[in-house]
Amino acid sequence: MKKSKPLSAYPGFSQVTWLCMALLYAPILVVAVYSFNAIRSITTWGGFSLAWYAKAFANPHIQAATINSLVVAVTASAAATVIATAAALALARGRGFRGRGGVFVLINLPLMIPEIVTAVAMLIFFLAVGFQLGLLTVIIAHTVFCVPFAYLPIAARLSGIETFYEDAAQDLYADRWRSFRFVLLPMMMPGIFAGLMLAFIISLDDFIITNMVTGPGTTTLPLAIYGMVRVGFSPEINAISTIMLLVSVFFVSLSYLVGRRRT
Amino acid sequence: MTRARLLLLSPTLAMIGFFLLLPVALMAVYSFLSPGTYGGVEWLLSFDAYIQFFFERDFLTDELVFHTSYLSIYFRSFVQALAATVICLLIGFPTAYFIATRPPATRSAWVLLVTVPYWVNLLIRTVSMLFVIRDEGPLNGALTAVGIVDAPLRIAYTDFAIALGLVYSYLPFMVLPIYAAIERFDFSLMEAACDLYAGRWTILRRIILPTVKPGVVAGCLLVFIPSLGAYIAPDLLGGGKNLMIGNLVALQFQGSRNWPFGAAAAVLLLSVVLVALTVLARRRALSSAGN
Repeated sequence: MKKSKPLSAYPGFSQVTWLCMALLYAPILVVAVYSFNAIRSITTWGGFSLAWYAKAFANPHIQAATINSLVVAVTASAAATVIATAAALALARGRGFRGRGGVFVLINLPLMIPEIVTAVAMLIFFLAVGFQLGLLTVIIAHTVFCVPFAYLPIAARLSGIETFYEDAAQDLYADRWRSFRFVLLPMMMPGIFAGLMLAFIISLDDFIITNMVTGPGTTTLPLAIYGMVRVGFSPEINAISTIMLLVSVFFVSLSYLVGRRRT
Repeated sequence: MTRARLLLLSPTLAMIGFFLLLPVALMAVYSFLSPGTYGGVEWLLSFDAYIQFFFERDFLTDELVFHTSYLSIYFRSFVQALAATVICLLIGFPTAYFIATRPPATRSAWVLLVTVPYWVNLLIRTVSMLFVIRDEGPLNGALTAVGIVDAPLRIAYTDFAIALGLVYSYLPFMVLPIYAAIERFDFSLMEAACDLYAGRWTILRRIILPTVKPGVVAGCLLVFIPSLGAYIAPDLLGGGKNLMIGNLVALQFQGSRNWPFGAAAAVLLLSVVLVALTVLARRRALSSAGN
């Protein structure tokens, strides 16, 4: 007997969905698979091998870029998280105030301005005020564009916490600092952690802005990958790309799981 | 504003105000200055950067002659961004609809599947796309091995490759807002329409589409805006020949070194984007006021 389809099902929509998934995932999966191919070939499979990973790890250029990337990502994401936490406390607690909308736009400004515009504007600025382009300018730039990403989960978390917890603490003679430190802050922690993770991968992934505001000799991983691709494809690139893919997926999942945890 | 609140906001105001708002303002100022010989600017007021978009100074007669080489880059960028938006809509709408009509338990898994690629490094995703579609890549390898084509298809370094790269980059931005709109759609309306003898496609066109239109508009703008200012996709997949606005801007600060012109190109791009964002915000405000 022919099963009648529900009214809401449109013919072809499920096929388009699978096409969409294939488009989103096929390229990165192909790269991941080829990173394990023992030989350089595109058409033949030479067996499973971690040789390209070993080669990538041994490359001093990539080692230096990895260290730079980690230094920048750790510093910038930590700074952005502190800034975003303070901003979330100011915006989410208490009634609205004059200029609230303006502050909100300011926090989200890095998301609204096209990256290439931010990149050249920062370059112009750093050179105009006499900053030496290098690790410091990269860290400053990353901190700025990480703020909205850190802000999002922190503000979401904070808006879900009722004020009566702090009120109760203050009724029990905790001063404002103590009620924040021992009551509100621990409850905000999952949001802060989620924000930190998002900021971390956003910093780790940036190419356009870093490319403009970095100085000679200061390379991050995306810059190193770009430089290698310009010369030509090598399985080494596939190996580094696969590692970066896994790192991103790991931190996003972590952020998602922690941020979702209930109070 | 209370003092405590001002204190909490001061790091944000300082950081973003000083290192983003001020630089953008400075960039706008630079667009009205004269180019320095080795990059940089001379502090002389000049509108040359904007005039340069439309006119070229003739060598011999010193007359301004209308030219379209820069305008055509803007036009090309619009066309590319529009093409990417249309393709994203054609793929994204059915996907969003399909996901929204799944049982609630599997829905969030589908949403996660659409979201994860967004968080994966854009550069690496674009590099992966280039790896797959280039002449010696697996796609052409497979096509030639099976015998569908004799010589590798030239996909990389074409306009099509750029559009494909843009679609690949921003497809999740189309699916998610449309999904959010369809999820709120009341499907009993569909049954009502069906009882009144409306066919499937009539229902889609006359009942569903008008209801979820805000989501569709949001999705289109969220794809169009970043596509217009894209840098990585045209740079890598276009092979550096098929310029878009982003590349034109970057070039002025790298190779050809005309800072005021680069700043002017960036200001024009930013203006278009801000107008588009205002439209988006207005629509959001209107639709939330309607509910």
